[in-house]
Amino acid sequence: MEVKKKQKWNMRRNWPLHILILPAVIVALFFQYAPMGGLIMAFQDYKPWLGFFQSEWIGFEHFHTIMQTDHARRVILNTLIISVLKLIFGLIVPIAIALLLNEVYHNVFKRTVQTVIYLPYFLSWVILGGILLDLLSPEGGLFNQFIGIFGVEPIFFLGDNTWFVPTVIITDLWKETGFNTIVFLAAITAVNPNLYEAAHIDGANRWKQTLYITLPAMMPIIIVVGTLSLGNILNAGFDQIFNLYNPLVYKTGDIIDTYVYRRALIDGDFSFGTAVGLFKSVISFFLIVLGYRLAYKYANWRIF
Amino acid sequence: MIYKTKGYRIFTAFNYVFLAFLAFICVLPLIHILAVSLSGSAAASGNMVSLWPVDFTWDAYDKTMGNDNFIRSLLIAIQRTVLGTIISMGLLLCAAYGLSKYDEEFKGRKWYMWFFVFTMLFNGGIVPTYIIVTGLGLGDTIWSLVLPTAINAFNLILLLNFFRTSVPKSLEESAFIDGAGHFTIFLKIYLPISIPAIATVSLFTMVFHWNQWFDGLIYMTNERNYPLQTFLQSIVVKKDLSNVTDAQELKNMSQRTVESAQIFISALPMLVVYPFIQKYFVKGIVLGAEKE
Repeated sequence: MEVKKKQKWNMRRNWPLHILILPAVIVALFFQYAPMGGLIMAFQDYKPWLGFFQSEWIGFEHFHTIMQTDHARRVILNTLIISVLKLIFGLIVPIAIALLLNEVYHNVFKRTVQTVIYLPYFLSWVILGGILLDLLSPEGGLFNQFIGIFGVEPIFFLGDNTWFVPTVIITDLWKETGFNTIVFLAAITAVNPNLYEAAHIDGANRWKQTLYITLPAMMPIIIVVGTLSLGNILNAGFDQIFNLYNPLVYKTGDIIDTYVYRRALIDGDFSFGTAVGLFKSVISFFLIVLGYRLAYKYANWRIF
Repeated sequence: MIYKTKGYRIFTAFNYVFLAFLAFICVLPLIHILAVSLSGSAAASGNMVSLWPVDFTWDAYDKTMGNDNFIRSLLIAIQRTVLGTIISMGLLLCAAYGLSKYDEEFKGRKWYMWFFVFTMLFNGGIVPTYIIVTGLGLGDTIWSLVLPTAINAFNLILLLNFFRTSVPKSLEESAFIDGAGHFTIFLKIYLPISIPAIATVSLFTMVFHWNQWFDGLIYMTNERNYPLQTFLQSIVVKKDLSNVTDAQELKNMSQRTVESAQIFISALPMLVVYPFIQKYFVKGIVLGAEKE
């Protein structure tokens, strides 16, 4: 009797909570969950005029095609190469810069450098792409003019399969380093100064202190950033690649997302594009979950 | 603590030089673009401009601001940023209030929570999303830029974590005893206390909307509906001038100085606001790391 009464009261008191959550649920149903349902078209020969319900079912045919298409396999490989390189450099470079910034005792200088290297993070890849196209142009772009001083012939960085991937990695660092540097720097600032004092008395020099105090103190956040980026292994950076690439570099620079875009929305091959996208989403799902679990296990980090 | 060894002093000198050089490299491309945009068009197309304008002129900016297509897309960008932020924040704040209750207080919370968190783990990808959005008749409307990205589970979690940590439970309970309902408590207690968090997440959303270009590209079949970043993408990056019919306009738009001016104007709002908002972006990460 007592329990029943309490439950009833709870229901009456909580109905506004359901009302408040409802609009967000409806929007998510339409724009997040309905597209998940739309993934069934990966198993169909989808025709826009027939829709999801009338189009012919063809099972795993598109997936067989992916495995048999040279370029599709190439695209998966390109994606892995680019994203793994980004992951590695995207971790090492900001850690190194954060450690160097930590040795700066002049606060104005330190803050200025931080702020300046953080700038590109706030600009879109359309803007950065526009700037890079101009800067790296083989016809008198500033960078080619600069290396010309040393007698190097102009290089078509964005149109040459040898140079495209390194250019993508370096320009990605340009955009992202500032943000990650500040994240790592925050972890360094949290280190107890007494530890350094004690190490100093014990005769440890600055390098030893960095190695045995600062780096271990940064480990949890390094693990979090590293494991969470696992989920991005199949995201080689659509915005960046799309604004930098061109048909000349499809061999090394075409990635899953750009391939899906061209096959589906340019060529109109909706089902095939969706099949490639589904392949990506399923693997990414497991990687994201794995990343969260590792972050929790090794760094006690939880998103919610 | 002072380190007086000679080795450390040499290191420090190199360190300062290196970091200053690094910072310079990061902004150099922007300085170059600014210099080109302020130069005479002959000097610019002759590749004579590096980091300082040659034959200084505002000409490229006059042409850009006098270009109706540019101004129209600028207004669409402002519209989507304002509307998108208001709608997204409205939906997320309401939902975050409900989800900030604890499982024992609010039956069903767990289900809702998984409902939203699942969208962080899995998604339908661009093709089905495109088909749903256009199928709903949202193509070529501002809603296609606003609604599909309105629910961001990460921002939702930031807000609900903030609600949990900064609203005193006792305040809420005494309001309940005084007869206030959830709506009153949400509006009169939660929202006023959470203004810093609301500002932070609104800033994330505004930056996101300002920089977003891909949705404009796929959902807008008419170039007249492009938001600024999509317009810039089509003119400067993809160099698709096929929709420009006026010969004089075509000549103007393909000029290197005008392209640079367009890039710089599009970047300007971020350049102006980011020094003030950068600390909130770091805070966002820290908020995310806070435990329940």
